[in-house]
Amino acid sequence: MTGVKSAAGGAARQAAAGLPRLLPPVPGDPEELTEHLARHGRPRYHGSALLHAVKSAGLTGRGGAAFPTHVKLAAAKEAGHPVVVANGAESEPASEKDAALLYHAPHLVLDGLALAADAIGAGRAYLYLHAGHAARIQKALTERRNLRLDPVAITVVAAPARFLAGQETALVSRISGGPALPTFDSRRVTERGILVQNVETLAHLALISRHGPDWFRERGTRAEPGTMLLTLHAGGRPRVTEQPIGVPLRSALGLTDAAAVLVGGYHGTWLTAAAVDSLTLDNAALRQHKASLGAGVLAALPHGSCGLVETARVTRYLAAESAGQCGPCLNGLPRMAGALAELAGPRPRRSTLHDVERWAGLVTGRGACHHPDGTARFVRSALTVFGAELKRHASGECTATERAPVLPLPSGYAAPTTEEAWR
Amino acid sequence: MTTVRVNPIACDGHGMCAELLPELVTLDEWGYPIVDRRPLPPGLERVARKAVAACPVLALKLVSPPPPVSSGA
Repeated sequence: MTGVKSAAGGAARQAAAGLPRLLPPVPGDPEELTEHLARHGRPRYHGSALLHAVKSAGLTGRGGAAFPTHVKLAAAKEAGHPVVVANGAESEPASEKDAALLYHAPHLVLDGLALAADAIGAGRAYLYLHAGHAARIQKALTERRNLRLDPVAITVVAAPARFLAGQETALVSRISGGPALPTFDSRRVTERGILVQNVETLAHLALISRHGPDWFRERGTRAEPGTMLLTLHAGGRPRVTEQPIGVPLRSALGLTDAAAVLVGGYHGTWLTAAAVDSLTLDNAALRQHKASLGAGVLAALPHGSCGLVETARVTRYLAAESAGQCGPCLNGLPRMAGALAELAGPRPRRSTLHDVERWAGLVTGRGACHHPDGTARFVRSALTVFGAELKRHASGECTATERAPVLPLPSGYAAPTTEEAWR
Repeated sequence: MTTVRVNPIACDGHGMCAELLPELVTLDEWGYPIVDRRPLPPGLERVARKAVAACPVLALKLVSPPPPVSSGA
């Protein structure tokens, strides 16, 4: 299981600051319902009072897009006959925060799902997650049914182990009984009355329903209040931690030295060590560097590892994870991956760099989902941040002294060949 | 404020749109349409409709801004 940051002194210091909010103060077994209720109490805000509280709290989505939660709640309610889906199908290999949350605090997520469903008048609620979590969640649901805790029935739907499984339209397709493939619809999912919220967002909503918006704003920044879960890759096993938004990026990462840092995961952005030193953990700060927090992945590239090699490995994976439905993505991503592999090696052709830059431009904004856009952003940031390394490779050299891969990928992944692979 | 849009999932890169509406549609190096997202100039509406009808997989659409939502809907 995921290692939750747990140095004893650090835990005491965090507890004094009212942290963590979502994760257990001492990492251990999952919180059972009695423990959960003893720690958090019962919700106080319901219905429209809760919708107001969420708006005042300034809660934003923690699944990557950081969209204001109250806007989505209101739009889904407005659409009529709404349904709510908690998205726990975290499919980014570098992210483990939703898995950690579902493991340690399943009832906080289920509270948030039930509260959101009740507040917008949804008749149905779903929890969409990877099959590995289903048994424990079913146990938690049984505990809740015995206490008649939830006003709506919660259905668990399993997501396939694919990078795009958690993409919003793919999720809707899967919930509707189809494959977890992105679809094309001129109307947004929320406008169709389907409220999709990341599981962490719902867990925050569950705490807002207990403690109110002022409490929520005691942490974080004015524009981006609250705490957020992070998955940190800073040597050793990845760790999940909860941090107030707006703390220095360097201290969030808990690392003194790195060659570069990947922020926001595999659809995210490489930043130089100098940029990381000057930045804070919030989207307002990261925006200046065309970066965003995404779903809270921070991955340090150690000195002695080659950023181009890492980027090439991940791009190959992202190309294999294309749904293959849209021409530009189907054609562009494998070509970008091939070109990156060449740039990661000695003496690439001069034209290859221009090819990658052109393809990154060509695929952007031309898919049914944002997979090509995210991949292009990741690749372009590598070409900028590892510019000096590109020059070294051009003369047949590489700074890498360490060949062990840094960024995690699923073992033995392969592009799916049948529709069954998406169910 | 009508715009031309392509459904990238449906599109197979037949290229009829670029043939009939070169003012707004060009093809990328793999034969897939790159569509100008600016509002359709009034003079091009007729030919744009022709291009929409000519697409063998009905991937090309003319999109108008959605009407205001009525509360009774």
